[in-house]
Amino acid sequence: MTAVLATEHLVRRFGGLTATNNVTFSLPAGARHALIGPNGAGKTTFVNLLSGVLAPTSGRVFLGGRDVTTWPAHMRARAGLSRTFQINQLFAEFTPLETIGLALSEAHGEGAQFWRRVGTSRAVVDEAVSTLERLGLGDVMEERVGSLPYGKQRLLEIAIAVAPKPKVLLLDEPAAGVPEGEREQILDIVAALPAEMALVLIEHDMDLVFRFARTISVLVGGALFVEGTASEVARDPRVRQVYLGESEIDHHIEPATGKTA
Amino acid sequence: MTDATATDSRSGTDRAMIYFAERARWRGPEVALWIGAFALAFLFPSRALLFNEVAILALFALSLDLVLGYAGIVSLGHGAFFGLGAYAAGLLAKAGAGAAPLSDPTLGLLFAALVCAAVGYVTSFLVLRGSDLTRLMVTLGVALIFQEIANRMAWLTGGADGLQGVAPANILGMFEFDLYGRNAYLYSLTVLMVLFVFARKIVHSPFGISLRAIKGNSLRAGAIGIPVNRRLNGAYTLGAAYAGVAGALLAQTTAFVSLDVLDFHRSADVMLIVVFGGVGTLYGAVVGAAAFKAMYDVLAAATPQYWEFWLGLVLVLLVLFVRGGVMGLLGAFYARLQRVGGRP
Amino acid sequence: MLTILFDGLAYGMLLFVLAVGLSVTLGLMNFINLAHGAFAMAGGYVAVVMMQRYGLSLFWSLPAAFVLTAAVGALLERTLYVRLYDKTHLEQVLFTIGLTFMAMATVDYFMGASPQIVDVPKALEGNFELGIVSLNKYRIFVIAVCALLTIALQLGLSKTRFGSRLRAAVDDSRVARGLGIDVTAIFALTFAFGSGLAGFGGALGSAIFSIDPQFPLKFMIYFLIVIAVGGTSTITGPFLASILLGVADVAGKYYTPEIGGHRIEIGGFVIYTIMVLVLIFRPQGLFGRAVGK
Ligand SMILES: Nc1ncnc2c1ncn2[C@@H]1O[C@H](COP(=O)(O)OP(=O)(O)OP(=O)(O)O)[C@@H](O)[C@H]1O
Ligand SMILES: [Mg+2]
Repeated sequence: MTAVLATEHLVRRFGGLTATNNVTFSLPAGARHALIGPNGAGKTTFVNLLSGVLAPTSGRVFLGGRDVTTWPAHMRARAGLSRTFQINQLFAEFTPLETIGLALSEAHGEGAQFWRRVGTSRAVVDEAVSTLERLGLGDVMEERVGSLPYGKQRLLEIAIAVAPKPKVLLLDEPAAGVPEGEREQILDIVAALPAEMALVLIEHDMDLVFRFARTISVLVGGALFVEGTASEVARDPRVRQVYLGESEIDHHIEPATGKTA
Repeated sequence: MTDATATDSRSGTDRAMIYFAERARWRGPEVALWIGAFALAFLFPSRALLFNEVAILALFALSLDLVLGYAGIVSLGHGAFFGLGAYAAGLLAKAGAGAAPLSDPTLGLLFAALVCAAVGYVTSFLVLRGSDLTRLMVTLGVALIFQEIANRMAWLTGGADGLQGVAPANILGMFEFDLYGRNAYLYSLTVLMVLFVFARKIVHSPFGISLRAIKGNSLRAGAIGIPVNRRLNGAYTLGAAYAGVAGALLAQTTAFVSLDVLDFHRSADVMLIVVFGGVGTLYGAVVGAAAFKAMYDVLAAATPQYWEFWLGLVLVLLVLFVRGGVMGLLGAFYARLQRVGGRP
Repeated sequence: MLTILFDGLAYGMLLFVLAVGLSVTLGLMNFINLAHGAFAMAGGYVAVVMMQRYGLSLFWSLPAAFVLTAAVGALLERTLYVRLYDKTHLEQVLFTIGLTFMAMATVDYFMGASPQIVDVPKALEGNFELGIVSLNKYRIFVIAVCALLTIALQLGLSKTRFGSRLRAAVDDSRVARGLGIDVTAIFALTFAFGSGLAGFGGALGSAIFSIDPQFPLKFMIYFLIVIAVGGTSTITGPFLASILLGVADVAGKYYTPEIGGHRIEIGGFVIYTIMVLVLIFRPQGLFGRAVGK
């Protein structure tokens, strides 16, 4: 299977700190992949390198087999790579409807049109509305984003990323800061995404990770520490020692049984 | 369940279509404003020269609002394009010696717009590099270079004496620029209105929305596939062309261009106007320009020398106490009215 | 040729004293103070008033200019500027341009619009013959004073406790705050001191270039160039940039090539073009780290 997203010897340094250390990684189409690691392991930095927010110090990034290392963020987005941010990056003055409408018009390559009023294409508006409704934002689609409650903003952060139907979607702690009761909703949304979309989920909650992931990478100190299927990683003694801690991992040896914790 | 979602979705789409149409709809006060502006030419013909200045200033402010209010580029040298447009139109009119085709005013506007768009496009690459501060310096630097050029190339620009004999031909070959400035005002106002309507269209287009998105959060804008720099290049170029047309109007309606068109004061004044009127509102430019001229008339009439002091004071007070400018206040007032008098 | 270098050096040193305060406060707070030139103008007028109205010597005017402008700087910082640190750059720009306009009009009101120039003290009049070149004594004085000041600043920054705190705060004010450094107090002091230096420079310069109410605008671009070219992280950067600018400016006024039968003074072009080019190719400045943050 060809990789939709891959890296070769990717390195990123901040001054003396190596935040991404020689990472070679590949993601097949339709992947359900979790990227885990302790705080400061370099997960967000890795996503930033993949999405073009940061340029690598060395190494290469491939998207659909093409070398995109020097591509700016918007070109990678147009090539089918979407992401969410750990900290919401929204347009506070927009409404959710405008936000998704904008994301779609850019995805359709109509973003530079200045002669046409926005929202005249029924197909695009319909797509925006159904995306919003699917993500539980239908009732607030005409409100100002900056005034929405945090949980709704978090959903919109995901909606922006999924609206253009990307080939690869990188989710950087989508449930971060969301109250316990609403986390389920976010996981359900992620679970309902099209099977052919390759997903990478960064998440600290092992419960969610093992319910979601078929494959897992563990990042420690910027380097790939362990890679494998969910159960391999769960059984790996090094992971138990270094990262997960003996007691917690026991709950997850059988990923299917789900919520033991 | 599935059925319900589908019908919901359909009605949701209808609501959304109405929502988008509603956002861009022309409102009563807008139409009234433009009708009123034209009526002024006939109600107070003796003040037409003043009105003409207001219209030109409004167009200049509108051009900055596109750059500052929509693209979020803080420019300390926007006057460069005003001056460039004035010289471009002035020189063309002079070359035509007051007769069509070269001295045709419409052609002059077009020429000024093209020259400024070209220069704006090239300089936009310089301006877009770096932080706000670098942008300030580059825009100011470019404006100063223009001023130096105009000053030193006296053989072309007339230097400190100004460019004489730039009277254009009749408007559309029919209407003369009369002494009282009524035709000049109607001409400038028409140009302002046409360009305003165009700007308004742009603002509500995907391109315009993407500019607001970039201003709001350029990180996210890039992540959804908006080519941030390319859009900003476009906006800056458009702003430059608009400013050039404003400068051209001044050259044509006063039949004179002096170094003053490139003065730093123009860049500062126009910033004040936009901020006073309300950044990113389009109408703020018009309202701000009218208020600015009115203020100038009152304050400078009292103490012509110390106008600068009052100008400075207004800037300081504006930053300290007023957010959103006049349009912001009007908007808040309007929202209050609706809440009090309107639906539950 | 040597005279040009010498004049340029004097001018450049003076520019440094005028601009260094702006560079440090910008690096520290990422605050754009376009009114910095107004402080320099104030210092110049202090000298003008003291010397022309009260017949005092320049030697008295210099410290007075420093103290007075520093006091005004401290006052304004505590009352007005402090409210702007968390505002946008646009607001900072508008506000400080507003202050500049007010200062210019006020000076115009009290002192008139005509340019003022003060007399050089008797002891420093005339030239100093040195074989083939003759050097202006006052300019030698300016160079000496500015050199002393620069050395004192450099030592103050590298050797004193305040200096090390200041450097830490410029490097990363967030981390410095975390370490318990009172960045706000440091900023207030630095701002006042920088304003004082600008005032001092204005007074020192009022015997070289004439001073008038338009001074803050005329010099705004020079200050910005010093920062653009020199960066804001050290004071060596702005120092080198000032010297370069001083020499380039003086040389540009002498060198007037003929283009198409017209004598053209190219000083302005050269300087602004250099600035724009530096900003494009080295946004962090020729000698420094990033401008702003
Ligand atoms: N722009 C930056 N400049 C300097 N250092 C940075 C920068 N971004 C990240 N770092 C450092 O790189 C390391 C990795 O950070 P990163 O945010 O990628 O970790 P993470 O795995 O996402 O952590 P978390 O689970 O807390 O989100 C950290 O030590 C961080 O301080
Ligand atoms: Mg992270």
